[in-house]
Amino acid sequence: MNFDVSSRLSHESAPKRANDAEPPIGESKKASAPRSMSKTEPAAETHSRPRWDEVSVSQITPKMKAEDLHASFGSAEVIKGISLPVAEKLVTAIIGPSGCGKSTFIRCLNRMHEVVPGATTKGKVLLDEQDIYDRNVDPVRVRGRVGMVFQKPNPFPTMSIRDNVLAGLRLNGIKLRDPDGQVERALRQVALWDEVKDRLAKAGTSLSGGQQQRLCIARALALEPEVLLMDEPCSALDPIATARVEELIHELRESYTIVIVTHNMQQAARVANFTAFFYLGQLVEYNRTQVIFTRPKEQRTEDYITGRFG
Amino acid sequence: MNLGSATYARRHFIDRVVRGSCVLGTVVALVPLASVLYYVLVRGIGGIDLDFFTELPKPVGEAGGGMGNAVVGTLTLVGLACLFGIPPGILAGVYLAEFGHSRFARLVRFSADVMSGVPSITVGLFVYSLVVLTTKHFSALAGGIALAILMLPMVTRTTEELLKLVPESLREAALGLGVPKWRATLRVMLRTALPGIAVGVMLSVARVAGETAPLLFTAFNNRFWSSGVDEPTASLSVNIYANAVSPYEDWHRQAWAAALVLLLTVLLLNVSARFLVRTRVRAR
Repeated sequence: MNFDVSSRLSHESAPKRANDAEPPIGESKKASAPRSMSKTEPAAETHSRPRWDEVSVSQITPKMKAEDLHASFGSAEVIKGISLPVAEKLVTAIIGPSGCGKSTFIRCLNRMHEVVPGATTKGKVLLDEQDIYDRNVDPVRVRGRVGMVFQKPNPFPTMSIRDNVLAGLRLNGIKLRDPDGQVERALRQVALWDEVKDRLAKAGTSLSGGQQQRLCIARALALEPEVLLMDEPCSALDPIATARVEELIHELRESYTIVIVTHNMQQAARVANFTAFFYLGQLVEYNRTQVIFTRPKEQRTEDYITGRFG
Repeated sequence: MNLGSATYARRHFIDRVVRGSCVLGTVVALVPLASVLYYVLVRGIGGIDLDFFTELPKPVGEAGGGMGNAVVGTLTLVGLACLFGIPPGILAGVYLAEFGHSRFARLVRFSADVMSGVPSITVGLFVYSLVVLTTKHFSALAGGIALAILMLPMVTRTTEELLKLVPESLREAALGLGVPKWRATLRVMLRTALPGIAVGVMLSVARVAGETAPLLFTAFNNRFWSSGVDEPTASLSVNIYANAVSPYEDWHRQAWAAALVLLLTVLLLNVSARFLVRTRVRAR
């Protein structure tokens, strides 16, 4: 990657070690769970840097932190008091059945939830120790620091590939010092450069679905956010495009804090360092991905990941 | 399932009757349109020459002359109408699309719908009492305002409907990039809907370009070139009326020519609006 990440990498904390027996954050009513999920054994865990495998939830260096977060649409409460630290420069996956509040939760992390008419939140979300729901915080600035990739690729149809990458900067009125370089860097980061470098002037919507999604990721990265939220980024993509995006997540976690919502448990197992299981608007269990998929503490987690419901 | 051949024969017959009436209905609808076009073309084509666009009307009895002042007048009036009508129309449309849930917005939407049904001569009277009586003379300005009032509801509602068609995901994309709402609305939502809005605006221009009634006592008429927008101004439509009711053969000829020019202008606006839609669809 050509992107300048030295500053991001320099303050990476030292590797931490802990044993697997770390209790999960979610309420623990059940002492142990049988290991019976050989087929969901996270195959991709071997890719990740080994030192992270040893970090436990309580040792997370949080980049963001939800504290007793509640979120509602009108009178319907969708998130019912969730506290969750998001580890810096690691990937946190949120899994759970449809309607459990996964998407609503991450939309609270950059104040996109309140964009929907009637949507409200209660509680705190800390970004670098500052509550983004503080009265003095401008949601627009939060969204500049906490970028978002949506479920369906949504490039701007009126803009070329190039302009889509620069859209965030331009629409924010940021002077472009080196637009060509910025476009190339962002597109290289998402491994799209070689595919589109000869047709940057073509419409962003002329690309395939997988390419469009990577374009949207490039568009978010061009703003150099600190955190990247991904709301089921692969649900509209075919398996090959999904693999590309997952590879990309692997690379991006070197420089970004990533929170990914996914329906696909294998995907969580492949890309995430930590996994949180949500059910009916509550956090059931949160732990290292490997622990969640091999030795979940909660019966409901186990039922879900073994496909008994959801 | 077998319903018997009689049932199928009956269905076949009904099918033919229905299809036949549809074709007949289409022909009936097309006959007046085609005959108007044909008649205006045949009667008007003889009166069209360069002089028609450049010369002033000649006094009764003198041959030749043109309607240059009316051509320019119509352009002036339509231009003024665009100036007064399009910006507030688009802004009101944006308001309705973005904040359309309030009681006030519903009132605005309802008024716009009512306004588009108001007879155009009523609008002319309104502007007459509001502008002409206060300024004490007929003017292009008054005519332009009358036409703008007619355009306003069309532009407003078109803008609203087309903005609503823009996927919400694009707004979220923009907001997710840390773009303020107003800028997301203008530079993403409005920008995406713009080709469609342009078509709506062109159709509303085509509609008011041919209006006569609201100009009768606002822009009035003028046998000469107008030297400013505060003067009575000739227009093709009012001239068609004035010439047609006159007893002179020459004037009638010119009325037909004016009708043809107006018709072709409106046709051109409509066709280019459709063309714009088609190229936009193809670009996707």
